[in-house]
Amino acid sequence: MLTLTNEMMRAIIMDHYSNPINKHQPPKDGYEKVHMHSDNCIDDIDTFLLVENGVVVDACFDGVACAISTSSTDIMCDLLKGKEVSQAKYIIEQYHHMIHEEEFDESVLEESLAFINTSKQAARIRCATIGWNAADEILKDK
Amino acid sequence: MYDVYKVRKDFPMLDGTKKMQGKNLVFLDNASTTFKPQRVIDAMTEYYTTFTANSHRGDYDLLYNMDVKVSEARKAIAKFINSEENEVVFTSGDTASINLVAFGYALKFLKKDDEILISETEHASNVIPWFKVAQMTGAKVKYIPLDENNKITPENVKKVVCSATKICSVAQVGNVLAHEVDVKNIAKIVHEVGGIMVVDGAQSVPHMKIDFKDLDCDFLAFSAHKMCGPTGIGALVGKYDLLDSMDAVFGGGGMNIGFSTNGTCVALNPPAKFEAGTMNLSGILGFKAAVEYLEEIGMDNVHKHDQELFDYAMSKLEDNENVIIYNKTSRNGIITFNVKNVFSQDEATLLNHKGIAVRSGQHCAKMIDEAIGTNATVRASFYLYTTKEDVDALVDALNEGGDILDAYFN
Repeated sequence: MLTLTNEMMRAIIMDHYSNPINKHQPPKDGYEKVHMHSDNCIDDIDTFLLVENGVVVDACFDGVACAISTSSTDIMCDLLKGKEVSQAKYIIEQYHHMIHEEEFDESVLEESLAFINTSKQAARIRCATIGWNAADEILKDK
Repeated sequence: MYDVYKVRKDFPMLDGTKKMQGKNLVFLDNASTTFKPQRVIDAMTEYYTTFTANSHRGDYDLLYNMDVKVSEARKAIAKFINSEENEVVFTSGDTASINLVAFGYALKFLKKDDEILISETEHASNVIPWFKVAQMTGAKVKYIPLDENNKITPENVKKVVCSATKICSVAQVGNVLAHEVDVKNIAKIVHEVGGIMVVDGAQSVPHMKIDFKDLDCDFLAFSAHKMCGPTGIGALVGKYDLLDSMDAVFGGGGMNIGFSTNGTCVALNPPAKFEAGTMNLSGILGFKAAVEYLEEIGMDNVHKHDQELFDYAMSKLEDNENVIIYNKTSRNGIITFNVKNVFSQDEATLLNHKGIAVRSGQHCAKMIDEAIGTNATVRASFYLYTTKEDVDALVDALNEGGDILDAYFN
């Protein structure tokens, strides 16, 4: 099953929380933005995707975010960059399956597998999916 | 002698079987809502098993008995708060009560350039209705400056009050910093310029003896669920003449004497004129049981217990350099803090993992960030059944620290 140990998953989450390389405003025009905020957490973020010719060329996010939302959104940006829209949608779908403890295709989730335990803290599912829901919103009509 | 362990036996939620994350539940979110003693639950159930009938709407015995019970409940709440029975309006809670003043009183009487005084520490329910009234009437919302402890003082009210002040609305005890505000003296100042005083009692009425007549405020709002009562019921207590002058806001059955094709409607007298539609009757019976329960315990005992726990927690936490406390002087059963370099919600998740329920974030007081210098905090809040052991669990958890990701991986 999973190839990541608990220690590795912790390290991945902490690394992307402490040093979220995709947490910034878009470097140029042309990005599509979706704003999302959480009802019960302070998370209040903009997610930006640059989609050209059916490919997610770049992804970034910015705003106020807790450890879980920062890290999960940062990892998502890494994962979606360079993917065709259909692939990106598939990855997002599989991530949601994982978060909700349904069967999922772990082969596409890479570092985002670190969030497999989110359901242990059910109140934080929203934090672990906020950026993913924003990306889904941007991609849904594409 | 107040015996917290005896009190705890009254609460099914504290029977030792309730777990969180597989651990014994330590409930420190009482500023959000409180547990209910068995007698409140029984009173509510009894409505459904023994007394079910509407009120004000028929001539049979069962319904008459219900009318009597609603009246008894109103009397009990009036006695608890020291008002007249006909000054107690049943609402769905504190939020509905403040909205009723905003849309029943303020919307009717305020005009362009009139002023509404609130503070930046107020809960959303005491901010947003006034924003709406200001938009609709052209009145202005002004803010009472806070003192060095982020407290509202009569002296600072004097700095902003003027002949344009028509309403001053503040929480007697704030839901984040929990300082007790001298609303009695603020009411005097506001009355001198002809304004009315609205008191949000959501965090004060459940925790200390409040005397509506002695405070001489014009309106007092509170919720039952923060004082051992049911959700979905609360009260607006208002001076009768003011209630009488207000718009009813909601029209419907039970609030009118008559209406006709020419579009006229004659409302009943207060409080009935504000109670359109079938009321939350089970909730009203539970509310009565809750205030009677608190009276038996004694509100002075409740307040003293809160203060003792606050002092105890403060004495234990002062040695922990990682904990930043934002309300060291308030002594009202609420401790608002952050752990250095940890986002409040992540800390709350770690505490959840240890079985400790606290609130985190902005606590619906979204203008407070500038005053306290942070945009989110953790809030631990106590009530009459909170023990020193509960406080110890929090203190130990904060002393242990731990990685916020323990909540996901341990």
